[in-house]
Amino acid sequence: MNVHHHSYDAVIVGAGGAGLRAAIEVAGKCHTAVLTKLYPTRSHTGAAQGGMCAALANVEEDSWEWHAFDTVKGSDYLGDQPAIEIMCRDAVDAVLELEHFGLPFNRTPEGRIDQRRFGGHTRNHGEAPVRRACYAADRTGHMILQTLFQQCVARGVTFFNEFQVLDVSLTDGRVTAVVAYELATGDLHVFGCKAALFATGGFGRMFQVSSNAVTLTGDGPGVLYRRGIPLEDMEFFQFHPTGIYKLGILLSEAARGEGGILRSAGGERFMERYAPTVKDLAPRDMVSRAIITEVREGRGLGPAKDYVHLDLTHLPPEQIDEKLPDITDFVRTYMGLEPKTDLIPIQPTAHYAMGGIPTNVDGEVVIDAEGTAVPGLYAAGECACVSVHGANRLGTNSLLDIVVFGRRGGAAMGEFVNATDRSPIPKDAADDTRREIERLFATSVGENVADIRETLQVEMTNNAGVFRTDHSLRQVLSVVGDLRARYAKASIQDTGTTFNYDLTEAIELGYLLDLAEALVVGALARTESRGAHSRDDFPKRDDANWMKHTLARRSDDGRVTLDYKDVESGRYEPMERKY
Amino acid sequence: MPEVELKIKRFDPALDRAPRWQTYHVQAEDTDPVLNALHEVKYHQDGTLSFRRSCAHGVCGSDAMVINGENRLACAVLIGQVGHRMTIEPIRGLPVIKDLVVDMEPFFAQYRSVLPYLINSTDPGYAERLQSPEDRERFDDTTKCILCAACTTSCPIYWGNSSYVGPAAIVNAHRFIFDSRDEAAAERLDILNTRSGVWRCRTAFSCTEACPRDIKITEAIQEVKRAILYNRI
Repeated sequence: MNVHHHSYDAVIVGAGGAGLRAAIEVAGKCHTAVLTKLYPTRSHTGAAQGGMCAALANVEEDSWEWHAFDTVKGSDYLGDQPAIEIMCRDAVDAVLELEHFGLPFNRTPEGRIDQRRFGGHTRNHGEAPVRRACYAADRTGHMILQTLFQQCVARGVTFFNEFQVLDVSLTDGRVTAVVAYELATGDLHVFGCKAALFATGGFGRMFQVSSNAVTLTGDGPGVLYRRGIPLEDMEFFQFHPTGIYKLGILLSEAARGEGGILRSAGGERFMERYAPTVKDLAPRDMVSRAIITEVREGRGLGPAKDYVHLDLTHLPPEQIDEKLPDITDFVRTYMGLEPKTDLIPIQPTAHYAMGGIPTNVDGEVVIDAEGTAVPGLYAAGECACVSVHGANRLGTNSLLDIVVFGRRGGAAMGEFVNATDRSPIPKDAADDTRREIERLFATSVGENVADIRETLQVEMTNNAGVFRTDHSLRQVLSVVGDLRARYAKASIQDTGTTFNYDLTEAIELGYLLDLAEALVVGALARTESRGAHSRDDFPKRDDANWMKHTLARRSDDGRVTLDYKDVESGRYEPMERKY
Repeated sequence: MPEVELKIKRFDPALDRAPRWQTYHVQAEDTDPVLNALHEVKYHQDGTLSFRRSCAHGVCGSDAMVINGENRLACAVLIGQVGHRMTIEPIRGLPVIKDLVVDMEPFFAQYRSVLPYLINSTDPGYAERLQSPEDRERFDDTTKCILCAACTTSCPIYWGNSSYVGPAAIVNAHRFIFDSRDEAAAERLDILNTRSGVWRCRTAFSCTEACPRDIKITEAIQEVKRAILYNRI
């Protein structure tokens, strides 16, 4: 296996919104390589639909403090308030900057950036829904991804496309190299660097019904976890209420922001019972629980009574065409239904990891309760946990997160590398990766990777999904243990060197298994219900014991160990979460 | 579940001197995307089959391929739409690397050649640049491009002349030429007013038919031609 060596100041791993925004920040300031296992424009930022919130107050009164309050409350008080304040204050700058970069936002009649309602975003601390989401039809993420990529092209950013990062070298507690597998050749590349920023996105493909790209396998958190970096708040995984039935394809909350209504058996607008003030625009965790509760209590629809309807039929057809063109096309393509006249079967779909690589507000990876940073190691976007989303992310705040913390992480990394001397690249940097690949190549008869992955996905959706119990979590933990044993005997058919996705998917499954285990162990320990983590056996939030972040570590013997760190408080005191 | 036959054009540079056809049979529903059938082959019959894909619902642009002679995204076309016997080939006009994976670099080089980013030297200050809904609408269609290359690799002119910048690059030039905030329309029109530019287009409409985002590509190309001819945008 050929090994090539490169030398850069900084390496960015991942080319979605966070990675590209970081790349823009360091462009011209230091010698930077952006590594992506896809092409930049294939990243799943492009699938985000509804909008990006910022208190521009273009269409009605608003303030960043209200945005911060909503985010804190939406997080079920697990979000770190200083970080949330930064994000909500920077949101206005971030939107203006994207506009200056050329992002084609929808406009008001006066030519200003238009804004619309979104779940959990309210005026004056919960009075009523507020129009805060800046948007471009229902393809806001596509526009952000394209715009940031365009700006990278303008700046001549160096991309290594289809280079999949499989390892990182941490020498004496510092980043010294990143190891990547080149899909086109099968060669390994060691990128010596002073700093690396991970922006690899989520890991929703550990679930069966998921809105995530097939490629969202948690590579960044997976790589770092194996190198001793803890993962924060993994048990908090968001299930978006409106996934297309069985397929999981996302139908944006913007559908409800534009006036869409959820209905269960008999056409009842059931959200009136669960969230009397904001109804269908309650935060995602609450709406997903409401849907599952309707189904459990026999008010689901269809032959198996296992879904509910999203009703857009009362909206003016021209509003659907103008504001929701893409998602209504998805319904036509994949369901054969016409959203202007037909009700749309939906169910919660695994959507977003609130947890991930622990960072501070400058994107520095921090590894303990004291906030000790690893010099040169950064993370941003969904793979990171700042934590601005706490136990439940509000809609639109992910696009905001990637732009704000991609920029901040990039800026901090740029300063770091310019103040830091280069360390030698470890001679054995690629050895572990080479051994792992050779192990997979050497096993000609063994367990099928797809079978293991499918079992994992079904178990995770059934037993670590919207509602969890001690029993269900122990069940899935036991299955994950079995699957790990099978994975150790996994075999692949393709032993070639050119676009060997058979190999990379096997490696990705390893990350999914590790991260699923961390998620389940954290969820089992957390004997309360908070945000997206709902325990049937512990239905109440328990601030006395659990107002703290989980840190999951993999110990040398392979077991998951947990410890905790305090939530950073701020101006908003915890209170009961009602909408 | 009906049985579906996939006849796939394969090429492995380590084994093959020329492409070869291989046929697979899988069980699949008519409502399944073609991508699911490809995954079924790869996961349970032949792990050596290579194809790109990511989002699996038609927005990332990874899995453009020729399905029964037409450029489609495998994740956005259903088996019921293409029938139970299908042939699948790599998109044409770009070098095949392995199986359905082609070299995208020539395509992205052409994209980069048209200055595909907003150029505006005036300082907007701490406020958004204003743009009326009508001005925003003017280039809406071409903002939808996902760079899947289905259009460019369906163009018979492009097959015969790979120096032609191709429909996708023109679409992305159009997106800025007709954006009221941009100041570099003249530069882009100069780039496209060359031998490898818009005049290669013979309005075959293949690109428009191929576009999975339903962008009216031929019309956009005609608008760029008119802008060059009449010096007006």
